[in-house]
Amino acid sequence: MSKRKLVVIGNGMAGVRAVEELLNLAPDLYDITIFGAELHVNYNRILLSPVLCGEKSPADIILNDENWYAEHGITLHVGKRVTEVDRHQRIVRADDGTEAAYDRLLLATGSDPFIIPVPGRDLPGVTTFRDFKDVDTMLAAAKSGKRHAVVIGGGLLGLEAANGLLKQGMEVTVVHLVQSLMERQLDAPASLLLQRSLEQRGLAFRMAAQTEAILGETHVTGVRFKDGTEIPADLVVMAVGIRPNVTLARQMGLHCERGVVVSDTLQTYDPAIYAVGECAQHRGIAYGLVAPLYEQAKVCANHLAGLGYARYTGSVTATKLKVTGIDLFSAGDFSGGEGTHDIVFQDPGRGVYKRLVLDEHNCIKGCVLYGDTGDGAWYFQLLRERTDVSDIRDMLLFGQAHLGDSGRGGGSNAASLPDTAEICGCNGVCKGTIVNAIVDKKLFTLEEVRAHTKASSSCGSCTGLVEQILASTLGGDYSAAPSKKAMCRCTDHSHDEVRKAIREHHLTTAEAVRAFMNWRNPDGCSSCRPAINYYLIATWPAEVSDDPQSRFINERVHANIQKDGTYSVIPRIWGGVTTAGELRAIADVAEKYKVPTIKITGGQRIDLLGVKKEDLPGIWADLNQAGFVSGHAYGKALRTVKTCVGKEWCRFGTQDSTSLGIDLEKMTWGTWTPHKVKLAVSGCPRNCAEATIKDFGVVCVDSGYELHVGGNGGVKVRATDLLCNVKTEAEVAEYCAAFLQLYREEAHYLERTAPWIERVGLAHVKQHVVEDAEERRKLAERFYESQRYAQVDPWAQMVEQERETHQFAPLRRLA
Amino acid sequence: MSTTPNPAADGLQWIEVGALEAIPVLGARIVEHPDGDIAVFRNRADEVFALRDRCPHRGGPLSQGIVCERKVYCPLHNMAIALDTGQAIAPDEGETACFPTRVENGRVFIALHEASA
Repeated sequence: MSKRKLVVIGNGMAGVRAVEELLNLAPDLYDITIFGAELHVNYNRILLSPVLCGEKSPADIILNDENWYAEHGITLHVGKRVTEVDRHQRIVRADDGTEAAYDRLLLATGSDPFIIPVPGRDLPGVTTFRDFKDVDTMLAAAKSGKRHAVVIGGGLLGLEAANGLLKQGMEVTVVHLVQSLMERQLDAPASLLLQRSLEQRGLAFRMAAQTEAILGETHVTGVRFKDGTEIPADLVVMAVGIRPNVTLARQMGLHCERGVVVSDTLQTYDPAIYAVGECAQHRGIAYGLVAPLYEQAKVCANHLAGLGYARYTGSVTATKLKVTGIDLFSAGDFSGGEGTHDIVFQDPGRGVYKRLVLDEHNCIKGCVLYGDTGDGAWYFQLLRERTDVSDIRDMLLFGQAHLGDSGRGGGSNAASLPDTAEICGCNGVCKGTIVNAIVDKKLFTLEEVRAHTKASSSCGSCTGLVEQILASTLGGDYSAAPSKKAMCRCTDHSHDEVRKAIREHHLTTAEAVRAFMNWRNPDGCSSCRPAINYYLIATWPAEVSDDPQSRFINERVHANIQKDGTYSVIPRIWGGVTTAGELRAIADVAEKYKVPTIKITGGQRIDLLGVKKEDLPGIWADLNQAGFVSGHAYGKALRTVKTCVGKEWCRFGTQDSTSLGIDLEKMTWGTWTPHKVKLAVSGCPRNCAEATIKDFGVVCVDSGYELHVGGNGGVKVRATDLLCNVKTEAEVAEYCAAFLQLYREEAHYLERTAPWIERVGLAHVKQHVVEDAEERRKLAERFYESQRYAQVDPWAQMVEQERETHQFAPLRRLA
Repeated sequence: MSTTPNPAADGLQWIEVGALEAIPVLGARIVEHPDGDIAVFRNRADEVFALRDRCPHRGGPLSQGIVCERKVYCPLHNMAIALDTGQAIAPDEGETACFPTRVENGRVFIALHEASA
C-alpha cells in the first residue's frame, strides 16, 4: 500500500510541531511535503527579540535544520508561497508552479502583522517585527548610525522591539494608543511600574497618542500625531498586533471568521483539511502565543495519525515579557468585577506588585505579577486546575515557599543562582550542567532535562527549580507545565483520564487499559506499569488480580532493595509495642541468617539489613512462626502507626494513644495506596509521636481527638492541616478510613497526601470527609471492602508460593 | 545437567540453564557464575535474553528490574538497558555484557563466550 500524502502549508512553529508530533505517533503513515513562504527552515519566532538584542544569534534559534527534514524524508519547499488549492483534485500549487497532491492538508499559515492605514506606511524605513527579514532591517538601521527609532505599539511585541533597538544604540520612542502599556496583559498599577522601569533604561513614551501619518519623501523622516505634534524618525516599527493569515483559506472557500474556523479536532469545515496555530480560530479565539499552538499541534497529530481520541478544548494562556531584567507574568482574566475578590501586594520601593483575582468559588481567575514572578507557574497551575484556595488564602501572595515548606522545593529564584549551585541533591547536578544541556541539546521539557541530566529524576524535590531554570533559559518559549500532564511517554493521557477510563469502562487488566487508551508501547514502561496496576487494584479490589511483574522490585519481593542488591526486612510491630519474646525471635532470626546490620527505624520498628534474596523466604517463614507479618516497609502502602505511651503511663496523657494507634494499624495495614502512608497518634498536644508531619495524624486532647492530614517529614517538610475534631475512637477510625479512601481514589500514583491536598485543596477533602456524613460513611465502607482483599500477609503467601516456584533461588549455579 | 557442545557447530559453547517456564513472563532469573551473576530475561513474546546482572550505572541487579518489550529498567536508579544488546537506552550511556541465548524444546541455553569480557 502506498503511503498517504500530507501537505503542510506553513513552515513555522505550529505546522512543524504538528509534523513532529505526528512522526512520534505514526512515523511511516504519510509522505510529507511542507511549503514555507520564508526562505528559512523552522525557527523559534518567539526568540527573535533576543536576536534583535544581540543576546542570541540567528543560528541559536533554529528549531529544525535541513538535516532534520532530510532525515524524516520530508520534502521541503522554502521560499514558495502557496497561491492555490484545488479541493476537488486535492492539489496544492505554489507561486512558482510547484504542485503537490494531498490526502490530508494542514494549514499553518500563521498571521500577518497589522499595518495601520496611515499615509507613508510604505516608505522605506517602515517595518514590522515578525520575521528574520524585519530583524535584518532593524539591525541594518541601527548599524548604519541611524538615530531615531519609533515603535508604534506598546504591547508585548512592541516593547521587545523597542528594548532591542535601545540595546543596539538607538534612541527609541514607543507610541501607544491608550494610557497604559500592555493593557491586555497588565492592570494599571503593573503597567505603570513597567513604564517607569523602561523609562529608567532610556526608552521614551508617547502615551494615548494616535499616529496620523508617517512622514518622508524617499525614506521615513518622522511621525505626526493627531494632535499635530511631530517627532523625528529614521526607523518606524509597527507592532500594533497580528491578524490571522486566512487569505488562502478564504480563497479556497473554507469557512473563516477572524481565523480559519476549526473544531475540537482542529479540522476545518473540509474534513480533509486541518488548521493549527495563529491562523486557526477555535471556539471564537485565535491564539497568538506558543503554548496553545503546541497543544493544538498535539491534538491535530493525534487525528492525522488516525488515533482520533484527543480533543482540544481551548487553552488558558500566560504571558511573560522577554526583556532581560524585567520580571513580569500575567495569566487569566484579571478584569475583576462583581463576585470577584482582589488580593494585592504592593511594594513600589522594591518594584514588586502582585495581584490575584479570585472568583466566587475561591479559585484563582487571573494573576498579574511584576518584579517577583517566582510563583507565576504555581499560580498558573492553581488557576488551570481550578483549585479552591480558601484554606491557603492568607498566605497565597507570599508564594508556595510559605506553605509550611522549609525544604529545598521552596527555592524561589533559580535565575539568580550561580552556575555552580547544586540543584539536584540526589544526583549531584548543578545549575550550569542543566543550562548547558538545555542550550546544547535544545531541550524544551522537564522530561527531556530529566533524561539528559538526571536532575529531578530521583526524589523530585528540585522539580520546581529545574522548571524555573528551563523557563529562564528558554525565555518565553517554555510553557510551564502543559495544562494536561501525560502519565508518561507511553501515552498522552493524564493520570486522571486513565483512572476515569478504568472506572467508567470497567477495565480490569493492564493490557485492556493500554489497548483501550492506545498506548504507544505494548508493555508500557517502568513508570506507567506500577501506576496502572495500582489504579486497577484500587478501583476493582474484588476483581483485579495483582500483576507482580508490574510492581517495583520491593513490592514484588516484599523487601527493600539496598544499593548492593541485598534486601532489608522489617516485620510489623503494631503501634511500636513489642515483647521480650518477639525481640528474642528477631534476634534468633538475625543470628541464624547472619544479618549484618540491625537498626531501629524511624517508625518504631526493627530493620534487618543485608539479607540475600534467596534467604528471604526462610526469614519470613521463621518470623511468621513467631507471629510476625510483613511491615510493608518497602511499599506504596500503609507503613507505620507511630504512637507515644499515652495515658497508660504518661503523666500528661489524655487518651490511650497506644491502643488507638494499634487499632488504627490493625484497620489499615495491607492497604495499597498511591504512595507510602504514615500514621501517628500522640497522647497529648506535646505531640511526642510527631503526628503533625504524618499523612494522617491524631493528637489526643482532653475533649477528644484532633485529626490532622497531609503532613510530610521527608522531601519537603509540611505540617498537617487540621481536618476536624472528633469525640470518640470510633469516629477517629471512620474519618481515617474515609480520608485514606478519598486519597486512594483521587491521588495520582506516587503523589503523597501533602501534594495531593495542595493540588485539590483542603476544602475539597473537608467537603467529602467532614461535611458530608453520608459520603464519609460510603468512603469508609469502600475502604473496609477493599481491605477484605488486601489484608493477607504477603510473607506467608510468598513462603507458600516459593515452595512451588523456587524463584528466589538462582535458576542454575555454574561452577 | 551438563555442558553440551552444540551440534549445530556455530562455534559457541551452549550451556543449558533451565526451563523457559521457570522464568516469569516479563521477569528474570539469575544464573550464578564465578565471574558474576547472569540475568536471564523472558519477555511477553517468549524471547529470552541474557545480560551480566550489573547495571553499567551503579551496578544494580538488572534481573530485579521491570521488563518491557526488549528493555529492562534497573531497580536502583531506573536506567533503561536494551535486552538484546546490553546498551543503555539513549540519552544514557553505558553497556553491560550480553550473551547469546537459545530456546529448544522449552529449555533455555546461553553461550558464555563473552564471559571474560
